[in-house]
Parts: sequence; structure tokens; C-alpha cells
Amino acid sequence: MIEIEHLSKWYGDFRVLADCTTAVAKGEVVVVCGPSGSGKSTLIKCVNGLEPFDEGRVTVDGIAVGDRRTDLPRLRARIGMVFQNFELYPHMSVTENICLAQIKVLKRGRSEAVARARALLQRVGLADHAGKFPGNLSGGQQQRVAIARALAMDPIAMLFDEPTSALDPEMINEVLDVMVGLAEDGMTMIVVTHEMGFARKVAGRVVFMDEGRIVEDAPTNEFFAAPRSDRARLFLSKILQH
Amino acid sequence: MGGFDFAYLAAALPLLWEGMQVTLLLTLFGIIGGLTLGAVLAVLRLSRTRPVALAAAAYVTFFRSIPILLGLFWFYFLVPIWLGRPIDGFYAALAGFVLFEAAYFCEIIRAGIQSVRHGQVLAGLASGLTYRQTMRSVVLPQALRNMLPVLLTQSINLFKGTSLVYIVGVRDFLTAADVIGARDNRIVEMYALVAIVYFLICFAASLLARRLQRRYAI
Repeated sequence: MIEIEHLSKWYGDFRVLADCTTAVAKGEVVVVCGPSGSGKSTLIKCVNGLEPFDEGRVTVDGIAVGDRRTDLPRLRARIGMVFQNFELYPHMSVTENICLAQIKVLKRGRSEAVARARALLQRVGLADHAGKFPGNLSGGQQQRVAIARALAMDPIAMLFDEPTSALDPEMINEVLDVMVGLAEDGMTMIVVTHEMGFARKVAGRVVFMDEGRIVEDAPTNEFFAAPRSDRARLFLSKILQH
Repeated sequence: MGGFDFAYLAAALPLLWEGMQVTLLLTLFGIIGGLTLGAVLAVLRLSRTRPVALAAAAYVTFFRSIPILLGLFWFYFLVPIWLGRPIDGFYAALAGFVLFEAAYFCEIIRAGIQSVRHGQVLAGLASGLTYRQTMRSVVLPQALRNMLPVLLTQSINLFKGTSLVYIVGVRDFLTAADVIGARDNRIVEMYALVAIVYFLICFAASLLARRLQRRYAI
């Protein structure tokens, strides 16, 4: 469903992505990990065209992201994205947050959008918080609303950019639980995360990046049992120490 | 000069009210014109086309670097020479205020827009909104909330600043009070009254600014 071929990107002289190639099949969950600054976040932002790229090809459901003729807003509406810092709209209630793009992009009626919001809030366990503003929610709750907001668009795939990195430890699981549920329902997902427990549990494959390159792209079991590269081994030993 | 005479003040009220109307009109039109031009300038200043952004920045820097009084002189004394006919003091002053205030409003609006986190733009775009929709529904409402108190403060400054029309012969509130005071030899009452009125209006407006800030804080 998502194909990334020979993707490269530079910031001036600095190469953030170097010849990255991978693919994600429908219903597959892929975890992308690696040291900070390795290009993980840039890579997934190329998938929905939030980051332009210089070389290579990215296609989603057969549509070329980098093609000038592609209607990017329309494509993005079909790909859900969840950010590290939630990025809920602070001036809107939880329900309004979930309804905005439904109404403006999908042209759903207000009552239909609200009904959808309500059902999704139920699903992420926040049915009682529909009228609240993001500032009155905990980080974990905000991130669950952000997931509901993305799901409201009925996406064909979901991108998660370090969804638990900004959370206090006690809130990480409530977010991961929602994500595990999604994976079990067959959602196609690319997840940038350091949560290796999550990776082991639901990811079919792990992509390990370093210095803009995809160093390792292996089935989850293989990756954890016997990482092929030294860098992945070093990374795992550091992250799994505790 | 005599003692403080409140009955006298009451008799002067109609003329003073006429002056106040001029002051309020100058402030109102100054804000409307300044905000409109300022918003356009802010958009230009944030443009990714460099020459456009630089031109807007040059405008802002220029008008913030010269005294507004000089601007009034231009429109009252110089522009009429160029046009070949006199300009009414009210319009000359208004033109000056709009051009100068636009520079300040531009900076306030620009700072307001830039105070919204870039992640908010990304979130809007990622959900399928176009750039324009993202600006309108996500960025600008937040920017407006952030800039509201400063906009109000700047408007209060303009309200006080309109008293500069004194020098181009427009009879605003201050000028009216001055004229009456000089005519009747009641300068003390008049100047005291002017101070109290300006203070009350500005104080009330700044209280309002603080309330708005609390109410819309996000």
C-alpha cells in the first residue's frame, strides 16, 4: 500500500535521507526506530507529503506523493497522522477537533460528524470528555483524542510520529493500548517509536535507521533475536538496558 | 483664574462632546484602516517571495523610525503642494495615522501568526485541509487570541495619539478643551478635565484588554 523507493532528501549540504527503500503492505504494522536525528520522522512525513523530498519515489495506494499533479490535501485526508506533541487545536473542544476536517474536507454534515466523533471517543475511552478543551486533558488523553481525530477521516493507513515520547510514563500505556487495538483491527500503520515492547507485540517488521539510511529492515522476531548490523545491536543494547 | 467651577464645566460639555466625536472617529477609522493595511502588510511580510517580504519589512522599519508628527506634517503641508489643492486637516491626519499605525499593526499581527506552533499547521495539513483552510480555521483564530491584548493596547495608544491633530488645526477633544479654556480663561479646569477623561477611557480599555486576555487565554 505504501512504497518508498530510493528516497533522498537534503537540508542544504546535510543529507537527512539517503536512498531509503521500503514498503508497507495493507494491514501491516511497521515500527521505525533508530537514534535521534536518524531521519525517522522525516521519512514518515514524506509519506503524506508534509516534507518534500529531492530524489526517489513515494506512492500511497498507487498515488505518487511527489507528483505535482497529485491532489495532496485529498491524499492526506486518507492518511491519518499522529504527532509527538499531539497538536490538538487548543481553541476548539475535543468534539470540534474531531469534526473540523470531517466537515471541511469530507463535507460531512455536522450531526454526522458529531456522531462519528462520539463513537470514536467511546472507542478511545474518552466519551465523557467530548466538550472539554485540550488544555484540560492529560497528555495521554490528548493523544487519544488526536488518534480519534485521525480515525474520523476513515484513513487507509495511519502514521505515528513518536506518539508516546512526550508523555509521562504512566500515560504511555493508555495510548499504546489504543494503538494495539488498531493494529489488531487490521489498520495499516507506520509507527516511529522507541517502545520496543509495542514493536514486539504488534509490529510485523522493524525498520532501523541511522544517519538517514535504512540500516535494517527485518521481521520483528529476527530484528530482536539477531540484529544484523552493529549499529542496530548497539541501539538495542542501549534502549533495552533498563 | 478663579477656583474650580463644576457648573462651568457642564456648560462646556456640548463643545467638548463635539471634539470627542472627532477624536473617536479618528481613532475608529485609524484602527480600521491601520488594521486592514497592517494585515495585508503582515501577509506580505510572511511571504516566501523574498523581495515581497523585504518590501513589507522596509515599509514597517521606515514608518516605525520616524515620528508620527512628521507624517502629519507631510500630509497637511507637503502633499497639498504636490496635489495642488489643500487637504482637510481631518483627512490629512487620518491618512498619516493609517499609514503609521499599519506598520505597528503589521508587526503585532505577524508576531501573532508566528506565535502559533508550526506543528499546528502540519496537523491541519495532515488532516487534508488546504493551506488556506488551515490558516483560516487553525492558525488565525489562535493568532488572534494571542494578539488581542496587544492590539487593544496599540489602539489605546492611537486614541491618545490622535491628540496630535492639534497642530494641524483639527478640533478634537483636546483642541476643543484648549480653545474653550483659552477663551474663558479656564485653562486649569479644562486641562484637568482632559486628563481625567483620557485617563478614564484608557484605564477602562486596559481593564478590558486584561479581561479579554484572561478569557481567551489558551
